[in-house]
Amino acid sequence: MSTPPPSSEPPVPQYKVIGTRPIRHDGVDKVTGKAVYTGDIHLPGMLHGKILRSPHAHARVLSVDTSEAEKMPGVHAVATSADLPGLKDQIVQLGEGEVNLKYLGANCLARDKVLYKGHAVAAVAASSLEVAEAALSRIKVEYEVLPSVTWCLDAMQDAAPVLHAELRTASMGENSDKPTNIDAHVCFEKGNIEAGFATADVVVEREFKTASVHQGYIEPQVVVADWNQDGQLRIWTATQGSFTCRQQTAELLNLPVSRVTVTPCEIGGGFGGKITVYLEPVAAVLSKKSGRPVKISMQRNEVFEGTGPTPGSWMRVKLGATRTGRLVAGEARIVFDGGAFPGGGPILAAGCMCVFSCYELEHAKVEGYNVVVNKSKTSAYRAPGSTHVAYACESVIDELAQTLKLDPLEFRLMNAAKEGTRRVDGPVYPRIGLIEVLNAAKASEHWKSPLTGVNRGRGIACGFWFNAALKSSCTANVNFDGTITLLEGSTDIGGTRTSLAMQLAETLGIAAADVHPRVVDTDSVGYTDVTGGSRVTFATGLAVCKAGLEIEKQMKARAAVLWNVSLDQIKVENGVYSAKDRSVSFKDLAAELSVHGDPIVVSTSVSPEGSTNAFCVHIVDLEVDRETGKTTILRYTVIQDAGKAIHPSYVEGQMQGGAVQGIGWALNEEYFFDSQGRMANASFLDYRMPTALDVPMIDTIIVEVPNPDHPFGVRGVGEVPIVPPPATIANAIQRATGVRMCELPMSPPRLWKAMADAH
Amino acid sequence: MNLSEEVVLDDFRYAAPVSLQEATALLAEYGLRARLLAGGTDIIVQMREGRRSADLVLDLKGISELMTIQMNAEGMRLGAGVPCYRLYDDPAVKTAYSALTDAAQIIGGWQIQSRASIGGNLCNASPAADSIPALMVHDAVCEVVSHKGRRTVPVAQFCTAPSRTVLDTGEMLAALLLPPVVPQSGAAYLRFIPRNEMDIAVVGAAAWVELNATGDTFVNARIALGAVAPTPRVAQKAAAWLRGQPVNDATLAKAGELAQEVAQPIDDMRGTIEYRKHLSGVLTKRVLEIAIKRAKQ
Amino acid sequence: MAKKLHVTTTINNESVEFLCEARHSLLEVLRDRLELTGAKEGCNNGNCGACTVLMNGLPVVSCLVLAVEAEGAEIETVEGLAGHDHFLHPLQQCFLEGAALQCGICTPGFLVAAKALLKKIPNPTEEQIRFNLSGNLCRCTGYDKIVRAVQAAAEQMKETVS
Repeated sequence: MSTPPPSSEPPVPQYKVIGTRPIRHDGVDKVTGKAVYTGDIHLPGMLHGKILRSPHAHARVLSVDTSEAEKMPGVHAVATSADLPGLKDQIVQLGEGEVNLKYLGANCLARDKVLYKGHAVAAVAASSLEVAEAALSRIKVEYEVLPSVTWCLDAMQDAAPVLHAELRTASMGENSDKPTNIDAHVCFEKGNIEAGFATADVVVEREFKTASVHQGYIEPQVVVADWNQDGQLRIWTATQGSFTCRQQTAELLNLPVSRVTVTPCEIGGGFGGKITVYLEPVAAVLSKKSGRPVKISMQRNEVFEGTGPTPGSWMRVKLGATRTGRLVAGEARIVFDGGAFPGGGPILAAGCMCVFSCYELEHAKVEGYNVVVNKSKTSAYRAPGSTHVAYACESVIDELAQTLKLDPLEFRLMNAAKEGTRRVDGPVYPRIGLIEVLNAAKASEHWKSPLTGVNRGRGIACGFWFNAALKSSCTANVNFDGTITLLEGSTDIGGTRTSLAMQLAETLGIAAADVHPRVVDTDSVGYTDVTGGSRVTFATGLAVCKAGLEIEKQMKARAAVLWNVSLDQIKVENGVYSAKDRSVSFKDLAAELSVHGDPIVVSTSVSPEGSTNAFCVHIVDLEVDRETGKTTILRYTVIQDAGKAIHPSYVEGQMQGGAVQGIGWALNEEYFFDSQGRMANASFLDYRMPTALDVPMIDTIIVEVPNPDHPFGVRGVGEVPIVPPPATIANAIQRATGVRMCELPMSPPRLWKAMADAH
Repeated sequence: MNLSEEVVLDDFRYAAPVSLQEATALLAEYGLRARLLAGGTDIIVQMREGRRSADLVLDLKGISELMTIQMNAEGMRLGAGVPCYRLYDDPAVKTAYSALTDAAQIIGGWQIQSRASIGGNLCNASPAADSIPALMVHDAVCEVVSHKGRRTVPVAQFCTAPSRTVLDTGEMLAALLLPPVVPQSGAAYLRFIPRNEMDIAVVGAAAWVELNATGDTFVNARIALGAVAPTPRVAQKAAAWLRGQPVNDATLAKAGELAQEVAQPIDDMRGTIEYRKHLSGVLTKRVLEIAIKRAKQ
Repeated sequence: MAKKLHVTTTINNESVEFLCEARHSLLEVLRDRLELTGAKEGCNNGNCGACTVLMNGLPVVSCLVLAVEAEGAEIETVEGLAGHDHFLHPLQQCFLEGAALQCGICTPGFLVAAKALLKKIPNPTEEQIRFNLSGNLCRCTGYDKIVRAVQAAAEQMKETVS
């Protein structure tokens, strides 16, 4: 197994397993209903927990009286924030981003203030859900209702209600002195934008707004906690990161991490929203107080109101180009709302880094603000921040192209970022695939086919996401039957356990079916960061490949011993070990291990750095009903650089799934707030995610520009597909109707109004 | 309490009577503390959310006269508990009462239609109910029963306010009576929603038309709008105006304009006043087009 | 403590009895009493389809069926699709081969609804598949591979006598 040389394009390797489409290892359990999700767990003596939540968007908590609830028959424990240890103002590293424990704890159970409708205030564990619910109604909370604010720009005003009296703006290393709702200020600069814009023949500047949007995973948050009498806390949960869950829970309960074991059950979607803990510390406290296991699961309205939607935003983007179509300068001002608690800096920074990330831009300035508002604390949603800024930038790029009378794809090609391009925030791109993706889009059947019919338009847009690296571990045990059991800690939300098994199989020259991947708990495998950041196939893949190489080394050594030859005489090809005239398959050699020498057990860990850099381009054909403002997607194609598609079906799945989430974001999804700052549409009825009838087939074109930092060339693929859709659709709507929509979602009433106003 | 707050159901007694007599006797005994269960797709949600509660839930599905469809020369008798899918799966009903089957096919998704009944949809009296404009243009009459006897109410008078009907304590809907098919007539129901399924109507419009033998003139028409007023509304003026008019784009557009006048919508997260009024005109036009096409077949 | 009702029903061709309160949903009883956790709770108000089971051959959202209504009915859940000797229903096989699932939480609901669909319409068009499955939400796949898997299963089932 050799790494392709970094400075030249390697010949396309012939793989036996990589690039094939085996049935996923956990598939049968999932189609028979046997797969165990956290809600399916029933432990002996298990109690049912429910959370009491604030009815107010902003209020002081004057008192919480749980005495009546505690007396009820069937109630075994009641918890409030008083049961969480006093937390210091302490930042904890979680791998992907950091969190302030004081705020994390207050989000799980409110302390002196409730900061959004749905903010957890108390919890009950009882013999049944019905008793728990009845107990909640006996808890008396005295509130002093305060004025609330839910829109980021409003929250920046001096007159706005202040959510956290002690909050000061963290601005590039310096903290200011005024009480504020602005918790972070970020600025990136490159070159001199004044000089740059002075050389522009055409400048386009637009403002954009986007509403709060939720990840919409079908499985609500759910946890089972069992705090054993010996002090060991066991947690079963739907989490994207069992180790981060362990760490957050341990820190909030003031426990050493080794006292907490987290078992990640099968998970019903995450998309970034199941990384922060909400229920775990609460269920743990209830378990400790009752002496019994406790299950808490959220109802759908609690998920919408009480977990972590993506920021709402306001953005202004300005781009200048020469007559010949060369971009010369760009300026962006970005405001994200962070929800109720500070800590939105990382998502803001990501947005600021991504806004111009697809382009070669000599002069650029990006300034961003994160603002707290009275809604639940925002969380990552699939390439967090990038979709927002792509909506803005790609709309302006499209308008520039139109003004210059240039083809929108050619205009992007002319200015596309490539190896050596320096991004506004500093990093220089290594080998990346944006130009290849644009060319593939250009050559695609979709782009080449004519679009006919009235009120129809075609749109195109690019997207970028860094993809994370972070730490991963795995353990591989060679079984005497010639198979390998692969233990890994990356919770599987999209089929990654199979792509990891495939990488191990390819490395060793065995079949994918001969690797048994298992996602295991935090006691059973080494530290592994979250399943997020599109990192698993890449980073856990690196750990797995490393394990494979080590296994091969040990197998070679064993063959040498068995055949009494020197190690350098052993050759391996396609899983067959040979020396001179003798050869043995991996399977048969593994059988020998039961008789001779140590079992082969390999554990590896990796902590790669950098980004694998995912680029994609989307094309949409759509039709607008002028009389109603309704948009029908006629045709949609996703073109994306995957580096190397380990299992093409699951890469396609990421591309299609992300695109459809983006379509929902573009057309219909938004949080509606009433006049008291409360979410009015906390259900799947009025939070409108696409159904099967709302989208056509999503065509996919996988481009492979290998990532030089991975043996198979893998780049992360999971997140970037959600980045272009709103911009792609906005551009197509503009071509279909002449109207430039600058607010998401571009729902029928909004689009109709914009068209009506334009005429 | 906010609309979508999830709470657990309070306990209640469950009864499954096998005759109307038994059912109405229980209703008389429990009064407002009884709730009727047909498909359950509204009532169970509402009870969970604390918007309605009951000491007794009466399951009607064992009462055969509430679960049958009878079609004969006098028209159709649709039992109040008949689920939606039985309407659109029945070719005779689909041909004769196509506005109603249009509505039945889009109330929720397939899983909802397997259970939800037209009778329940009517009695729930949501301003946005899909079946009600359709029932109105089919000139349906409601058969109401109690332990005291039977009475009839034209469907246009049945709903009095959001979630309120003319049903007195102890009364229940037994059936909907629809008149026989008139030659050269056609009907349709159209709904505007932001997605393609699963949404509550932003505006709903139903139309029934009767054309002359050559299909170029309106002999009679009925138009009804949903989701644009506290109760679904008959667009009397628009329909009356169509009588004797030629069938063409201009008359349809005019009918749309006139229909808009009965629309008194509210601003909410599903649509603005301006948008809903506008859509009332658009949908009226479009639903008339479909009804006309069907009348000509 | 609320009085319990005794219910006798048929689930996946087996006679089953259980006790429940009048207010319990069929979904709760399946998952918490009968150990049939294949049907999932996604929203508890009929808007996501993850709890879909067949009741007398028709797809219903079991969160909006009172458990007591199962008396005398025939219920089919995802657990009843596969058979013995490692037999998987063509829909299950096509979902696996077509990678029509990612997190898998919506899959049982889709499989059960699709089974009913192919019984009603053995040769459905893409439009018919999408329309009849619009009551099942999926957030991971974008529906493309699900629709293709149903088409593939329809094709397969045409060729075999079941």
